[in-house]
Amino acid sequence: MNQIPALVRVFAYLSLLTVGGGMAAFPEMKILTVEVHKWLTFPQLIHLYSVGQMAPGPNMMMIVAIGQWAGGILGALAVLVAFFGPTALLAYTVARLWKRLEKWPWRTSIQQGLAPVSIGLLLAGCFTMAKGAISGVETAAIAVGVLLILLQYKINPALLVLAGAVLGVFSFMPK
Amino acid sequence: MSDTAANPALEAAANAAPDASRVSIGQIFLEFLLIGSTSFGGVVPYLRGSLVTRRHWVDDKEFVEMLSISQSLPGLNATNMAILVGEKLRGALGSIAAIMGICLPGAVLMYIVGIFYRIHGEHIWITAALKGVAAAAVGLILSTVVGMSKKSLSGRFDFVFIALTVIAVNSLHLGVPRTLIAVGLLAILFHRPRKEQKESGVQ
Repeated sequence: MNQIPALVRVFAYLSLLTVGGGMAAFPEMKILTVEVHKWLTFPQLIHLYSVGQMAPGPNMMMIVAIGQWAGGILGALAVLVAFFGPTALLAYTVARLWKRLEKWPWRTSIQQGLAPVSIGLLLAGCFTMAKGAISGVETAAIAVGVLLILLQYKINPALLVLAGAVLGVFSFMPK
Repeated sequence: MSDTAANPALEAAANAAPDASRVSIGQIFLEFLLIGSTSFGGVVPYLRGSLVTRRHWVDDKEFVEMLSISQSLPGLNATNMAILVGEKLRGALGSIAAIMGICLPGAVLMYIVGIFYRIHGEHIWITAALKGVAAAAVGLILSTVVGMSKKSLSGRFDFVFIALTVIAVNSLHLGVPRTLIAVGLLAILFHRPRKEQKESGVQ
């Protein structure tokens, strides 16, 4: 069955929810890609997202893998255009209007108001993901360890995610 | 400043001089391709290093302002920044070149990773490694939350809006769009323009 129209619809919709970061759309992404369309399982979604953190560039490129699974190379391309097209157009429009918006008093209000909401959405996405990713003392320890290290030291986060892989092999390999 | 009517045929020709006021489409594409293929662990520092420090395409003040626009719009910071910088340099074509450049390497990589994961994802080594990777990613997102809270909140009361957002999505299951509209409007109205804001400043 042709999944392309559904992929375009889902990812264009998700793109508009990514206020403050890709993770803001994660709860909705889980519902649509896992529960509604069954393109992948929840653990697979978590895995792809996490692996995507090690890739360079914008950090939601894992959507390409979902598109590829559901619709081959065309699916991957469709997902890219659907996910980045709408917000790109919006950013472009704002860039063109910016000189006029600069003096608009509500601009600061919108920026100040959306800041806590986007942080909240990020946190909500994080909790949704944690439900699937944190399953015991070891995984919790890895998450807290990464958090504390990042708060304390200036270290490349991609390296810590990679370290998570190594720790994972040592901790979770069946004996 | 920007030239939206630029002919795509011109991109390869002329304009090759590394002049900040007249950067070619090809240069924009290559610079963002470079950022897109090297920016491990978060794009923003790489963007600053390339666009501000090395190329002088935008100055630091402009960069900070573009970043704050990017953060309050839907869309990823990385791609919104590409659009804004591309637009500033060469209009619509500049935006297209920048976003394609920054997305291409990661997209190709994740395409390959997706295929590989589909075939080998059930392997016990991979499953064990991914369990660690996912846990680490949770820690990474939490550190982003802490970092953003330190930087972009404008008062203690903002924590109420953060809490409301989390409760609406995770406990009440209102969904992201309804939460965004409801709590977003509330927070924007709370921060509505006031006369005394001029004295109190942004912080």
